[in-house]
Amino acid sequence: MTMTEDPTTPGYKWVGTRPIRPDGLDKVTGKARFGADLILPNMVEAAVLRSRHAHARILSIDTAAALEMPGVQAIITGDDFPPTDDMAPGDAHQAVKVMARDKVLFEGHPVAAVAATSRAEAQAAAKAIVVTYEQLPHVLTVDEAMADGAPILHDDLITANVDPAPETASNIASRAFFERGDLDEGFAAADAILERSYTTKPVHQGYIEPHAAVADSGQNGRANLWVSSQGHFDMRTMTAKVLGMSASKIKATPAEIGGGFGGKTTIYLEPLAVLLSRKANRPVRVVMDRDEVFMATGPTSGSSMKIKMGIKNDGTITACDLWMAFEAGAFPGSPVGAASMTALACYDVDNFRIEGFDVVVNKPKVAAYRAPGAPISAFAVESMIDELARAIDMDPIELRLANAAKEGVQAPYGPVFPRIGFIETLEAIRDSDHYRSPVPEGQGRGLASGFWFNIGGNSVATVNVHADGNVSVITGSPDIGGSRSSMALFAAEEFGIDVERVQPHIADTDTIGDTDVTGGSRVTLATGKVVVEACRKIVTDLCRRAAKTWDCEIEDVEWVQGHAQHVSGTESPLSLADLAANAGRTGGPISATHAENVRGAGAGFSTQLVDLAVDEETGQTSIVRYTTAQDAGKAIHPSYVEGQMQGGVVQGIGWALNEEYIHRADGTLDNPSFLDYRIPVASDLPMIDTIVVEVPNPNHPYGVRGVGEVGIVPPMAAIANAIDRATDCRMEHLPMSPVALLEAINERNAD
Amino acid sequence: MNTPHTKSVVSCTINGNATQFLADSGGTLLNALRDDIGLTGVKEGCGTGDCGACSILVEDRVTCACLIFAPEAEGATIVTIEGLAEADHLHPLQETFLEGAALQCGVCTPGFLMAAKALLDKNPDPTETEIRYALAGNLCRCTGYDKIIRAVQDAAERMRENA
Repeated sequence: MTMTEDPTTPGYKWVGTRPIRPDGLDKVTGKARFGADLILPNMVEAAVLRSRHAHARILSIDTAAALEMPGVQAIITGDDFPPTDDMAPGDAHQAVKVMARDKVLFEGHPVAAVAATSRAEAQAAAKAIVVTYEQLPHVLTVDEAMADGAPILHDDLITANVDPAPETASNIASRAFFERGDLDEGFAAADAILERSYTTKPVHQGYIEPHAAVADSGQNGRANLWVSSQGHFDMRTMTAKVLGMSASKIKATPAEIGGGFGGKTTIYLEPLAVLLSRKANRPVRVVMDRDEVFMATGPTSGSSMKIKMGIKNDGTITACDLWMAFEAGAFPGSPVGAASMTALACYDVDNFRIEGFDVVVNKPKVAAYRAPGAPISAFAVESMIDELARAIDMDPIELRLANAAKEGVQAPYGPVFPRIGFIETLEAIRDSDHYRSPVPEGQGRGLASGFWFNIGGNSVATVNVHADGNVSVITGSPDIGGSRSSMALFAAEEFGIDVERVQPHIADTDTIGDTDVTGGSRVTLATGKVVVEACRKIVTDLCRRAAKTWDCEIEDVEWVQGHAQHVSGTESPLSLADLAANAGRTGGPISATHAENVRGAGAGFSTQLVDLAVDEETGQTSIVRYTTAQDAGKAIHPSYVEGQMQGGVVQGIGWALNEEYIHRADGTLDNPSFLDYRIPVASDLPMIDTIVVEVPNPNHPYGVRGVGEVGIVPPMAAIANAIDRATDCRMEHLPMSPVALLEAINERNAD
Repeated sequence: MNTPHTKSVVSCTINGNATQFLADSGGTLLNALRDDIGLTGVKEGCGTGDCGACSILVEDRVTCACLIFAPEAEGATIVTIEGLAEADHLHPLQETFLEGAALQCGVCTPGFLMAAKALLDKNPDPTETEIRYALAGNLCRCTGYDKIIRAVQDAAERMRENA
C-alpha cells in the first residue's frame, strides 16, 4: 500500500500543515450538536404525511379526526400556505415542492404535517388524516416523459431556450445548447468514428444525517429557525419566500451538518416547521426518517445520452456530437446545463455540438450532488475516449495529453482558461508508482479525467482580536468537511501566530453578513479570501497602533512573525498580545470585517486510475487499487484536501457499481433504505491513494482552487474502462452492478 | 404501530452511572438515550440498523441502539460516546481520529469510535481487513474510509505500546 504523498509548503509556516481541527474535540466526544440534537423548552415534535402515489389529483383532505387525536397541537396542509400565483416560477415550484397543493407529483410529496407533544403522537395523527386522490398516469424516465402523448406534470410548462417557443406544454422544461466549428468537417477529418448510447440512474447524496429543522415562531411575525444545511442564509431566504415573509424576519442559526454533498442546499422541512410553530404557538422540531430522505429529497438525475466522436490516428479529437436528457424530478432544474458545459471541458476540441434537455418526471425533485451534472456527461465522454484510444491503439494518457485543455484554450462554454492544472494531473498519474506497475494478472486497469468549474461568490468574515491577543474568526459558511481548520490556518498565517490561538466560529443570519451556501467548492477559496482580507485590515490597523505607540510614521512599521517591528530596529517589537492589551489606548477594540462577492475561482481537474478484478461467476467487481490526482491549487490543510478527494472517489465507486433508485411500475420507490440502496462500506474498498497537485490559482492570495467536487467526476468512466479491459465487456449503463455485469459476461460468452 | 404506549421505569448503568429513566414501551433505546436522557452524541441515521450511527456498547458488545426497545435496557451496562473519554484524557481512538483527520462532517464518528473500541478491546492487533470488516456496519459518506482505517490502525498501535 503506498502512502499518500504530502505536498510541500515553501514559505508558509501554517498554510499546508495538518493541525487538529478546532471543532474536532466536540465531534469525537459526542458534544457537537447536529440538526436533530436541539431540544428547546416546551418543544413539540412533527410528522409529515406524504403521498403514496407518484401522480394524483388531491380531491380532499380531511383533518377533523386527526385534530382530535391525543397530543395534537396543529395540522397544516397546502391551504395554510400563501398562494403561488404571484411567485416567480422557481419560487412557486419550491413552494409546491415543500407542500402539495392541487396535485401530488411524486411518491413522498408532502400533503400535510402535524405537530404533537410526541413524535409517536404526531405520526399517529398524520395517519388519521384522510386524503382522497384521483390517480393520474405517471412518467418515470426521460424516454416516457418525452414521448408523444405522455402524461403532463405541469400544464403551464413551455420548453425554454427553443426557437420558436413551443405552443403547448410538455415535460421538457428547457434546452441547453453549445456548439463550435463544423461537425461535418470534423467527422470528415476523422480516421475513426464511434457512436454510443449511455444511461445512468438517479443516485442519492446519501448523507448520514437525515434532514432536520427546529422553528420557534413568535406573535411579532418573526421566527427563529435552526437548520442543518449547507447555507442557512439560503434556507432562510427560501423559507421566507415560500411563506410570504421578509427574509430578515427569520433568524436562521446553523447546526453542525452531518453531510450534504449538495443535497442540503435547498429547503424541505423548514417552512413546515415555521408554520407549525406559528399555529401551535410552541417550538417545533421536525426530523425525517431515512425512507423520507430517499423518497422526498434530492437525488441527482437519471439520464439518457447519445454521443458520436471522431479521432485522427495521431490522437487528435476532431468532432463530438453529444445529446443528453436528464430527469429533473417533479419540478424543472436538472443539472443538464452544467453537464453540457463540463462535458468536453478537459479537451481542446474544434468541432462540437452539445444539446441537453431538462425533463420533468414523477420522482423527487433532484438536488445538487457534488459537481452536479459533470459526472454524468463525463461517464459518456470519458468512456468514449477510452474506446477511441483502443480504436487507434494509443495510450489513454497520451491521447488525453494530445488534446488537453490548457492556459489560453477556450472552454466549450465560452471563457478562455487561465493557468490550469489538467496536464499536471495526467502527468502525475503517468509518473505514479501505480501507473508504472504492471497490471496484475486477471485485473483490468482504467483511467478517466474530470473537470469542475469551482465557484467564488458572496462571503463575509469578521475577525476580532481579544484582549489576550487571541483571535476569533467569524464567518457564515457551515463547515461540512473541515473548513474551520482552513479559516484558522489562514488567520494564523496572516497574523504569524500559533493556529491554536485562532478560534473559528460560524454565525447566524443576524450576526454575520449574507453568505452563499457551502457548495461549488467555494468556501476555502471565497470565505478563505475574505478571512485573509479581514486579517490584512487588522494587520494594517496593528501597524498604525504600533506607530502611534512609538510616535513614528506607519511606513516605519512592518508586521513580522506576529509582531510589529520598527524598521530601524530601535524599538522593542510589539506582539499581537502586547498590542491587544493596549488597544484601549490606541483606538479601541481590534476588529475588522470584509465582505466581497469573490471572483476568480480556479477550475479544478482530476485524473484517476483504478485496478479492479471481476468475478466472472457472480459479476461482482472488486476495487483493488485506486489512485487519484487532483489540482488543489494550494492545499491549505492537506488532510482535508485528501479527504475530499477520497470521499469523492468512493461516492463515485458507489455510483458506478451499486447505487440506483429502483422504482416499481406504480411509481413508488422499491429501495428507500440503506439496506437496499447500498452505499460503499469499509470492507468494499482499498485505501484510496491521493496525489495532491498544486498549480496555484493566480486569482487567490494563497492559490486556492477548491477541491470538494471534481473528485466524483471521473470514477464511473474509470471503472467502466477498467471493467472493459478486465472482461472485454463495455458497460454503457450505470450501475455496473453484479447483475448487469453478469448479464454482459454471459452475452460475451454467447458470442 | 407508533401509537402512544404506557411507560415503565428502567434501571441500568450508563457510562458508569446508575441511571433510571421512564421508558416508552414501544420506544427505542436510541430515542430514550437522545430525548429522555440527553445523550445526543448517539446519532440516528436510519432507524433500521443499517448505518451504525447509533452504535453503543451493551455489555461490551457493539449494538445499534435503534434496534433495542428501551425497556430491554433493564439491568444492562451501557457505554455511549459520551463515556469514551476520561475527564483528563481522550481515548486513543479519539486522539488518532483527530490527528488523522478521520472525520469530515462528524455525524458518523460516534458510531465508528464505539465500533472500533469494541474491535480493539477484543483484538488489539487487527489486520486492515479485520478492521474493514469490523466497521462494515458503520456507514461514512464523507471520507471513503481511508483515514478512518488508518486512525484505527494508529490507535491499536498506540494502545499496544501503552499496554
